[in-house]
Amino acid sequence: MKKGIIEINPERCLACKSCEIACAVAHSGTKNLELSIKEIPLPEKRVQVEQADVMSKSGQGFFLKMAAPLQCRHCEDAPCVKICPTKALTKTHQEEPVLLDNKLCIGCKWCILVCPFGVIKMDRTGGAIIKCDLCIERLKQNELPACVVSCPTKAIKFRTLEETAKEKRKKFLVDIASEKNT
Amino acid sequence: MDKATQEMKKVAEKKGIETAWDRYEKMIPQCGFGELGICCRNCVMGPCRIDPFGEGAKEGICGATADIIAARNLVRMIAAGAASHSDHGRDVAHTLLATSEGKTKGYSIKGKQKLYDLANELNVKTENRKIEEIAHDVAEKCFAEFGQQHGELQFTHRAPVKRQEIWRKNKFTPRGIDREIVEIMHRTHIGVDNDHENLIKQGIRASLGDGWGGSMIATDLSDVIFGIPEPIRSISNLGVLKEDEVNLVVHGHEPTLSDVIVSAATDKELIELAKQYGAKGINLAGICCTANEILMRHGIPLAGNFLQQELAVITGVVDLMLVDVQCVMPALSKLQSCFHTKVISTSPKAKFPGVEHVEFSEEEALPIAKKIVRMAIENYKNRKKELVNIPKEKMELVAGFTSEYVFKMLGGKYRSTYRPLNDAIIAGRIRGVVGIVGCNNPKIKYDWAHITLAKELIKNDVLVVVTGCSAMADAKAGLLVPEAAKEYAGKGLQEICEAVGCPPVLHMGSCVDISRILTTLCNVVSEGGLGEDISDLPVAAAAPEWMSEKAVSIGFYAVASGIYTVLGIPFPILGGKEITEFVTKGLENIVGANFAFESDPIKAAELIIKHLNKKREALKLKPMMYEPPVGAASPVENKNEKRNN
Repeated sequence: MKKGIIEINPERCLACKSCEIACAVAHSGTKNLELSIKEIPLPEKRVQVEQADVMSKSGQGFFLKMAAPLQCRHCEDAPCVKICPTKALTKTHQEEPVLLDNKLCIGCKWCILVCPFGVIKMDRTGGAIIKCDLCIERLKQNELPACVVSCPTKAIKFRTLEETAKEKRKKFLVDIASEKNT
Repeated sequence: MDKATQEMKKVAEKKGIETAWDRYEKMIPQCGFGELGICCRNCVMGPCRIDPFGEGAKEGICGATADIIAARNLVRMIAAGAASHSDHGRDVAHTLLATSEGKTKGYSIKGKQKLYDLANELNVKTENRKIEEIAHDVAEKCFAEFGQQHGELQFTHRAPVKRQEIWRKNKFTPRGIDREIVEIMHRTHIGVDNDHENLIKQGIRASLGDGWGGSMIATDLSDVIFGIPEPIRSISNLGVLKEDEVNLVVHGHEPTLSDVIVSAATDKELIELAKQYGAKGINLAGICCTANEILMRHGIPLAGNFLQQELAVITGVVDLMLVDVQCVMPALSKLQSCFHTKVISTSPKAKFPGVEHVEFSEEEALPIAKKIVRMAIENYKNRKKELVNIPKEKMELVAGFTSEYVFKMLGGKYRSTYRPLNDAIIAGRIRGVVGIVGCNNPKIKYDWAHITLAKELIKNDVLVVVTGCSAMADAKAGLLVPEAAKEYAGKGLQEICEAVGCPPVLHMGSCVDISRILTTLCNVVSEGGLGEDISDLPVAAAAPEWMSEKAVSIGFYAVASGIYTVLGIPFPILGGKEITEFVTKGLENIVGANFAFESDPIKAAELIIKHLNKKREALKLKPMMYEPPVGAASPVENKNEKRNN
């Protein structure tokens, strides 16, 4: 099974919502865009592109629109797992995603209230919650999460922390080297 | 935002009714590929999208770059816009033709002088001929402009000779109105024109077929049938709707039906019928450009502009809303079910699910109009008292300015001439003339950009001319009355307005009537003293809240006519660097004008004033009569400081 975390680069996000569509299709019965839009009930997305106005860095007083896809961070010490009264939400191992057992969920909404990122929601029927499962089915088949594959600007990546850290270290070296040259 | 709009938005919110503003919020964030113009659906190898950050796809499957895709998309917008205006023109030509053959009910030829002038221009014989015969030939000649395959559109010859030469040299002169639109569709098919500059050039050609073809025909033939407008007083904003009268609101763009509705609504029998139903009378009001058409000629009140169409229904007192074509939101269908309002579609080209259709034809115009007015009266009794919320807000206005009237107004009745206008510019009383046009767009604070820009310009002695939804924004803000000069205009412009008795912002009609601005500028050039071409004049255009494809076509014919044009929202092309460079800089070398994108109306005003000053300098005109001495803070900068505080 592939291992890693979801990495978001908001500077790259164009808010096209391709990830939202791909997510819903990946969690559909048919796994096919054209067929999934006819399914009953309709499949649901677990990722949400959100936008906020952020003050520009130059502080010139105008606002920049910043958009980014947000999904479950699969916290190590997950508040949602802690608070879940029926143990519907579980995280079995450090590198495992936070997963939901739909049958155990009683729809109490505690997890929605404690989630720091606002990425848990009620499902369409309103009976239980719905959240990102890191595309565990796909990971088992050695495929990347659907949102990662769908992103046309590579604003969403799936990497191990080591891979991310390595890239940062390299970039840091390049940056100070080029600063010295100038 | 005006109080009436604020009030109605609150009512909508309370009732849980969605409006365009709410739907916009739900649409956020909007797709960046679309905004940047770099997604292509022109063939089904795609859809293709270019990654503007360069990590993903740099080319479409066919190899199209961001510039090619953005250019193809943009010129297709021009094609749609030019098609819309021109089809409107075609319908007016059809009405004139049918009227000349005696086949219509409810029309006559009211603008006889205009008909004779057009006949002379189009080489139609007038001596010893009946007016119907002349009208017939003029209509046929105009009809022929649409399908013409070679040669030049007749009205392009109105332009200054220098301008015509630029068009000819660059192959911009449209051969036929329809032909240039069709050619855009061909060129943007996969694997045809893949040079973004060449694509834009065809876009220019089609847009000129709109401004100097379809739109000009629409305006001129409307003047022939319905008469040339003259300054007329009226009122604007949702407060024009009446609680104790049958409210019939016309919405859309064409004058053919709305003008007959004016006759039907003043029909004695129908007014009597309204009284039988318990109403005190029939109150006709309008939204969008069909409203501007009957405002200009009959002084019918303006209920509101584009973003007020839903709010009008939400007042709960619109007994019938009649719609024709363009800018009619499909949302009206669902909205009418929350109220007693009956929305009626009338054009075979524009139907809406859930909306009753009463098809309009010129042949039976008056009977159909009467039928619709009767439907409105019969619906009066269905009003639900608990749903009635009429805002009080209304504002006086003067409309009805045309290229013909500018003569009379400034020159006096007995010496009609553009001389005083030209002299006022030359002497530095007026800095220049700027057209502010275009739509509303929920992306921009409602009406704010229109009004702020207009105020800023007149403060700096710029005469402002307006059409369409922009005119309505200024009307509601009280800028279309002569008294506004004293309150808002600079000293030089104030003097002119006081001498003539005109407002500092002149309402020139509907969006096809932007052709009136073109004709006016041709007259200013030929009057002399201000250069030999439109691009020499200290003039500019702006569309601070535009949203429609028609606005894209208008922008291009304005720039291609030599008018610097500032857009409040950029064209969806920014993903293509070269095409952006071309329309904002490169076009200057070809047509003597280009586009600028600026969403802040104060900064837009600065850009425009800078441009007017540059043109004045090039013409070696006198310095502005009441300009503060060099070194002192200009009024524009003062305003900025205020804003930052």
